[in-house]
Amino acid sequence: MKLNWFKYASPVTFYPLAGKLIPWFALAAAILTVAGLYISFFVAPTDFQQGESYRIIFIHVPAAWMSMFIYIVMAGWAAAGLIFNTRLSSMMASALAPTGALFTFIALWTGALWGKPTWGAWWVWDARLTSELILLFLYMGFLALHAAIDDPRRADRASAVLALVGVVNVPIIYFSVKWWNTLHQGASVSMTMAPKMAATMLLGMLIMALACWMYSIAAALMRLRCIILEREQQAEWVANLAKEPT
Amino acid sequence: MSKLCGWMPEDAGEMMQTLRYVVFRDVLLAMRRRADVATTLFFFVIVASLFPLGVGPEPKLLRAMAPGILWVAALLASMLSLGRLFAEDYADGSLEQLVLVPEPLALVVIGKVVAHWLVSGLPLVLISPVIALQFDLPRDAIVTLLLALLLGTPLLSLIGAIGAALTVGVRGGGVLISLLVLPLYVPVLIFGAGAVDASAMGMDASGHLSILGALLLLGMVLAPWATAAALRISLE
Repeated sequence: MKLNWFKYASPVTFYPLAGKLIPWFALAAAILTVAGLYISFFVAPTDFQQGESYRIIFIHVPAAWMSMFIYIVMAGWAAAGLIFNTRLSSMMASALAPTGALFTFIALWTGALWGKPTWGAWWVWDARLTSELILLFLYMGFLALHAAIDDPRRADRASAVLALVGVVNVPIIYFSVKWWNTLHQGASVSMTMAPKMAATMLLGMLIMALACWMYSIAAALMRLRCIILEREQQAEWVANLAKEPT
Repeated sequence: MSKLCGWMPEDAGEMMQTLRYVVFRDVLLAMRRRADVATTLFFFVIVASLFPLGVGPEPKLLRAMAPGILWVAALLASMLSLGRLFAEDYADGSLEQLVLVPEPLALVVIGKVVAHWLVSGLPLVLISPVIALQFDLPRDAIVTLLLALLLGTPLLSLIGAIGAALTVGVRGGGVLISLLVLPLYVPVLIFGAGAVDASAMGMDASGHLSILGALLLLGMVLAPWATAAALRISLE
């Protein structure tokens, strides 16, 4: 039997598949979040330098990871949509963008909450903070461009070009900000100098990161289903779907 | 000559001619409406002059802030003039004709970017020493500023062209373009202002200038290509 790689590249076949997958990812996200939060609040020891306030890293670090990773995945889907002209890939890219922007915002917000007791300031112009902020701007640009163009296919392709330009720029921006920072102010604040983490802390963080992954997939798939229905509302299969008793 | 250029494609001469034609046309169009060119320039001057009014006339403070102020003003001035790059040609239909030119679209884009730089970037570079004097920058720093702007403003035009091409014919394009382009301007701002900063503090600015030059080369290779792709999408 020949395997058909493109079977699920069509919205018609992917819509029900996504519907079946969402509960599993959502369930995994819920279980991992509960386990991760339990470890981070009750099992992981108190940090001898930072006290209890360090516990924000259990959401902060996974959110920061996700924010960067989702941008790359989004650009990958956007590129696939541009190259293979597959509708679903572009829809996937636009379904991922809000989740990525959300994680970027969470990373910045929790970073500020952590910074106040630890550094004594809500915000410092540290290289990581600044490049995370610029990443948020890039997400906003992607979302704004997509929203500004009425024709969905053109919006997909235009924002795909923007996402690819962004992906080329992200490393340049990161390194330039890093260099700028080291030139302008001494290393008064450094996150890389943090003491070695206890194993339970690392475990809690990894489980929370997995939970964020599962949440991102579930949320993106749910948004994707909405986008599919919106875009394919003229299609016959959507009309049949609407007729079905729920 | 033909032996020397044996590696060049047959129609290289034609390509150069197209490039020259596009540059000439855009500069000519801009010269017919000199007020537009002057507006960009005066915007730069006014923005730079507003800062001392905002932060106070303390010479030491102004000298420290001058590189950043001049570069941010240059960034904004360059961005504001991006609307002219494709929007007017799109409105009167000539952009579609330019896309149909047998030479690669990226070549036409290069021509338009060069013209944009000649009209909005170069005057800004030339007037910047005068404004730098207002901020009491030392002589070496002014020379560095001139060099950095010379390397940086073409890069601003190149990056901005991508944003301009993406927003051709999009409603609210003017505000949208700032959202798309300004985050991408960050490296130019950092190294451009960094070069002037370093030279004002008596250090060697060649490292910053080299990186600016490298970024310019990278931009020259990649940006016209991305702009051409974006234009095709906008016009389909």
